[in-house]
Amino acid sequence: MRTYVLGLIANRLGSSALTLLIVSFAVFFATAMLPGDTATILLGQAATPEAVAGLRAAMHLDEPAFLRFARWLVGLLHGDLGTSYVNNVPVADLIGTRFVNTMRLAGITTFFAVPLSLALGITAAMFRGSVYDRVVTVLTIGIISVPEFMIATSAVLLFSVYLKWLPALSFASDATSFAQVLKIYAMPVITLTFVVSAQMIRMTRAAVIDTINTPYVEAAILKGASRWRAVLLHALPNAVGPIANAIALSLSYLVGGVIIVETIFNYPGIAKLMVDGVSTRDLPLIQSCAIIFCVGYLTLITFADIVAILANPRVR
Amino acid sequence: MTTSTALSRRPSYRFSWVGMIGLSIILFWALVALLAPHIVPYPVGEIIDEDYFGPMSGKLLLGSDYLGRDMLSRIIMGARYTVGISLAAVCLACFSGAALGMAAAVIGGWFDTVLSRLLDALNSIPSKLSGLVIAAAVGSSLGVLVVMLAVIYTPGAYRFARSLAVNVNTMDYITVARTRGEGISYIVFSEILPNIIGPLLADFGIRFVFIVLLLSGLSFLGLGVQPPYADWGALVHENIGGLPFGAPAVIVPSLAIASLTISVNLLIDNLPKKIRDRSA
Repeated sequence: MRTYVLGLIANRLGSSALTLLIVSFAVFFATAMLPGDTATILLGQAATPEAVAGLRAAMHLDEPAFLRFARWLVGLLHGDLGTSYVNNVPVADLIGTRFVNTMRLAGITTFFAVPLSLALGITAAMFRGSVYDRVVTVLTIGIISVPEFMIATSAVLLFSVYLKWLPALSFASDATSFAQVLKIYAMPVITLTFVVSAQMIRMTRAAVIDTINTPYVEAAILKGASRWRAVLLHALPNAVGPIANAIALSLSYLVGGVIIVETIFNYPGIAKLMVDGVSTRDLPLIQSCAIIFCVGYLTLITFADIVAILANPRVR
Repeated sequence: MTTSTALSRRPSYRFSWVGMIGLSIILFWALVALLAPHIVPYPVGEIIDEDYFGPMSGKLLLGSDYLGRDMLSRIIMGARYTVGISLAAVCLACFSGAALGMAAAVIGGWFDTVLSRLLDALNSIPSKLSGLVIAAAVGSSLGVLVVMLAVIYTPGAYRFARSLAVNVNTMDYITVARTRGEGISYIVFSEILPNIIGPLLADFGIRFVFIVLLLSGLSFLGLGVQPPYADWGALVHENIGGLPFGAPAVIVPSLAIASLTISVNLLIDNLPKKIRDRSA
């Protein structure tokens, strides 16, 4: 049986690797194949044809697309992310510290969002149909249907314009004391927690309701187990897989949320770097950031699927 | 059909009042978008107020923007871009996604495997990320935006349509049609499509919400609709400087987006079961 599980996991990892290959292919072709000659763009309108030809040769732009894709991919695997078009600095240097900042923001958000959503999602499922459940459902649908920037601007309006508790913009550089750090992270983390939790609560609630509807939970209730006992001891262990899936899928909403939040709060992370890169059409930077986000997203999804495989007693 | 069956059917087609509210707000915005140039109180580009980020007043119902232009007029015109671009994109995405999905289910084999593998991989790129990459590569003119949004949401529509069509494809009448020697396009459009059209329409609505949100998000980042045009997301982007003053120019466009997306969600959640689950 163990080899069967290992086989399933290996299969899942293989399909993730294939997906990643297709995705990096798509990112490369979207940015490198589309109209506009890179060398001409870099050198400007006044460039001589010789200069353009020289740069094209230096950047291997004359080679067939597949060769360039392979060269780019091999570079990525060796940690060579290329050189920024705009300021001629290695992309890896630009990304370095900012990557840590983004991971920190994501980490703090996860730390608050996961316990909060699990508690709300599981209790909403337990008291399905009650006023409490309806309030939770309506609020989560409301948050899911509005754009992330609306949650961010509402948070700014509430906490810094009307209540004046927090500064409107955060700059992670001038934080010295713990209280300052708290103030700086408060607004981005509140916004992201809202965005991510809404998804997580809905999916957790659905997953728990699915298991509560099974005959063995009904049997537990019929033999006299309390509602808490039936849910926590009988239903939850079987809902681990779907819940892990819910958490991972919702955390992937961090990617979209982080792009908006870092821009609006001027937070020095890779999402802000990427948005600035799009404005200046700095393609190597955009490619690297896109790949980093895709790798993060795929890792989360793959991890959730593996947890689901391991948590499923039928295959164990 | 006799009157008694018509009567017994009627209740299942009745909308709940929540659904009606959703539908009327959607119709309201559709009407605003259609009639926009005729109902704006002031010309869109004209500077009316000397004060920027002005408050709501009798003259300017929703205040003024960062240049002192009338916000109400700009929101009315913005409805055209938000609703128009999203609608065009969702039609393209759902049509191509559904056609490919049904074809994959009917043809099966290698065609299905390769197409599913490819589109699932594309589906695993977060939508905002694809938006940024495409905007960087080809810019963001109105036409590019429509195609971009359609391309980003086609894989999702494909997956949904395929999963529905695979179930219908096992039915006896499909086998009969095949044995009769019907072509793929006949089976797809005359045998499968009528059986899954209800859920497909619900999916159409949900995808419309996703597209409105993505378009607004990109415009908010300054990478969507470009000046002199402005959709609701772009209106928030250009007036974000008024946030510390709590100017209505920042809040009202967001409220407009929320009213549209929430209404569509309400409508779909309250659709009569007959329409939603016709395949069942």
